[in-house]
Amino acid sequence: MSLLTVNNLNLQFDTDEGRITAVENVSFEINTGEVLGLVGESGSGKSVTAKSLMQLNPSNAVYSPESSIKLKLETEEVDVLSLKSSSELVIVRGGAVSMIFQEPMASFAPAITIGSHMVEQLLIHTSLTKKAAAELSIEMLERVGINEAGKRFHQYAFELSGGMRQRAMIAMALSTKPKLLIADEPTTALDVTIQAQVLDLMKDLVAEFGMGILFITHDLGVIAQVADRVAVMYLGRVVESGPVRDVLRSPVHPYTQGLLNALPKLDALDQPLTPVEGDIPSPLERPSGCVFHTRCPQILADHCQNSVPSATIVSKKHTAACFAIETDKEAA
Amino acid sequence: MTETPLIKIEKLQVEFPLGRTLFGKPLKLRAVNNVSLEIMSGQFFGLVGESGSGKTTLGRAILRAAPLSSGKINFDDGDVRYDVGSISKSDLKNYRKLAQLIFQDPYAALSPRMTVRDIIAEPLEVMGLTKTREETDKLVREIAAKCRLNLEHLRRFPHAFSGGQRQRISIARTLVCSPDFVVADESVAALDVSIQADILNLLKSLQKELGLTYLFISHDLSVVAHICDHVAVMYLGTLVESAPTSDLFTNPRHPYTRALLSAIPSLNPDDRGHAQKLEGEIPSPANPPSGCTFHTRCPMAKDICRTEIPQWRKLNDKHSVSCHFSEDLPKT
Repeated sequence: MSLLTVNNLNLQFDTDEGRITAVENVSFEINTGEVLGLVGESGSGKSVTAKSLMQLNPSNAVYSPESSIKLKLETEEVDVLSLKSSSELVIVRGGAVSMIFQEPMASFAPAITIGSHMVEQLLIHTSLTKKAAAELSIEMLERVGINEAGKRFHQYAFELSGGMRQRAMIAMALSTKPKLLIADEPTTALDVTIQAQVLDLMKDLVAEFGMGILFITHDLGVIAQVADRVAVMYLGRVVESGPVRDVLRSPVHPYTQGLLNALPKLDALDQPLTPVEGDIPSPLERPSGCVFHTRCPQILADHCQNSVPSATIVSKKHTAACFAIETDKEAA
Repeated sequence: MTETPLIKIEKLQVEFPLGRTLFGKPLKLRAVNNVSLEIMSGQFFGLVGESGSGKTTLGRAILRAAPLSSGKINFDDGDVRYDVGSISKSDLKNYRKLAQLIFQDPYAALSPRMTVRDIIAEPLEVMGLTKTREETDKLVREIAAKCRLNLEHLRRFPHAFSGGQRQRISIARTLVCSPDFVVADESVAALDVSIQADILNLLKSLQKELGLTYLFISHDLSVVAHICDHVAVMYLGTLVESAPTSDLFTNPRHPYTRALLSAIPSLNPDDRGHAQKLEGEIPSPANPPSGCTFHTRCPMAKDICRTEIPQWRKLNDKHSVSCHFSEDLPKT
C-alpha cells in the first residue's frame, strides 16, 4: 500500500454567498521516495487539497462523508480526516507530515529567532532535549547549505535573504524526519538562479531521506525538473494524471494541452502563444458537467455540459477525464 | 520600427539615501549605476534581471518617478523633445501623457470603490484632456473595446473581475491618454499561464495598432524571449548585456546571461541537472563588490575582475556587453 492514499476527496466551504465547491472527487497516491507534482492555476484547489492532508483548512471547510485520506506509517495506519483534537493531529502537523510554504517571510514569526522556531517544533515532535534539539537544528541548517549555521541559528527571518529563508524553512520541515513532505509553491517567490539551487537541494534531500513529496506548483517547467508523476487540477478536479514524461510529452486532456501551448518556450521563439480562451470561472458560478467545458476547444455538443467525465485510462498509469478521449477510444 | 531612439539614456545613476555613517557622512544606495541605453521608436524593449537588480528603478527613473543623481535621459518622439532629468513642471505634465506605466498586480492597482468606467476615465479627467463627459465616455469606450473589454462591464466594480480582465482594465487606463511610451513593469507576473499568453498577445497587437514603444520589465526570460525585439540584462544596478532577442538567446556573451538562461527549468523531464548553476545570491546593493559586481558569483572570474570595472562596450552594432572576457567565453 502507498504511503499516502487520498480517495474521493470532496471539500466545500460554507460562505455567506453559499456553499462553494473547492475540491471534487480527487484521488491520488504517493509512495515513499516519490515526488508527485500537483499543478494547476490559481483557484484550481491544489493548496486546499494539500492543506486537507494536515486538516489545516479553516473551520468552514466541509468534507463529504466518502472522502478519505489514509497515511500508512510503520506501525499504524492513520485516517487523517477522523483526527479531531490537536493532540491527535500532531502526527500529521509536523510529525509524519511536514509542509514548506510559498512565502518564507510570512511563515516565520518576525520576533522569534530561526533557532527558536526549529527547537520548538523538535521539542513538540521528538523526545530530544533542548540542547540536542539545538545541535540537530544547526546540523540541518548546515545540511541545506546555509553558511555560518551557528550564527544564522540566532538570527531573525528578516536578517536572511529570500533563498536562505527558504532553505531554513526546508531544514526546519525536515528536522523531524517526516514521511511525507508537502511543498506548496516552494520556489515561486525566488529568482530563477536561486530556484535552481533550491530545486537541486530538494532532489538531493529526497534521495537522502527517502520521503514522499507532494510538490505543488503552477510552473510546468519546475514539474518537469522535480516530479516523477504529475496530476493536473482544474477547478477542484484532477483532469489528467500520469508519469511526468507521458503527461508533458503527450498530454491528452484539452486543458493540459492548452496550458502547454500557452507557455512561452525557448526552443520555439517564433511560434505564437496560444492562450486558453476565456477566463477561469468564479467559484460561485461553477460550470455544470465537465468543469472545463466553458473554455474547451473540443467541446462535444450537449454532452460535456450535462455529465461529468470520469477518468479514462490512456495508457498504463496515465489517465484523463474527458469525453473527447472516450469517444476517440470507442472509434478506434 | 524606425531607427531613431525614442528614449536615450546616458550614464544614468539613481541613488537613494541610506542615513549617515558614524561621522555624519551620508550613506547612499546606488540602485542604478552608469546605465546607458537606447530604446528605438516602436521597439518592444525587454529588461530582465533578478530582484534587487534595479530594473524597476530604471523604469521609474525614465518616467521621472525616481530621482536622478546624475546622467541624462532624453525623450524624443519627433514632435517634442524633453531632457527628463531637468524637465520643467509644465513640460512634465505633458510628458506624463506621453510616457505611462502598467503595474504588476492588477488586484492592487485598481480602486475597489470606482467603477471600471471611472477608473479608465480618471487619467483623462486629471490631465484635463477632455472637455465634456460625452467626449470622455467616447474615448473610454474606444480604448475599452481595443483592450477587448465588454462595454457592459464599464458600469461594474473591479471586484467582479478575474485577474486577466483586471489587467485589461489596467492596460486600458494606461493607454486612454494615448501615450507613445509605456513601461510595463512585471505586467504578467501575477497572472496564470493560460491568461498570461492572452495579455502578452494583447500588448503586442496594441503596439501595432497604436504605434507604442514598450519597456517590458520582467524576471521571466521565456516571456521576454517571446515578446521582445531587444533585451537588456541587469545585475546589481548595471547593465551587463544588451542585444537583439535572437542574438542574446543564441549567442549570450556575458556569464551572467548564460547562467540566467540555463537556470530556466526545462520542460523536458530528461533534461535535468544540465543547468550551469550559479553559486550564492545577489549581493546587497548597499555594499556592492569591487571591480565587476558579478565576480563573486562568476564561474570564470579572474584577478582583474576583482579590481577593474569592465567597460560597457560594443561587440557589434547592436550587441553590447560589460565583461573583460566576452570574447574568451566557451561556445554555447
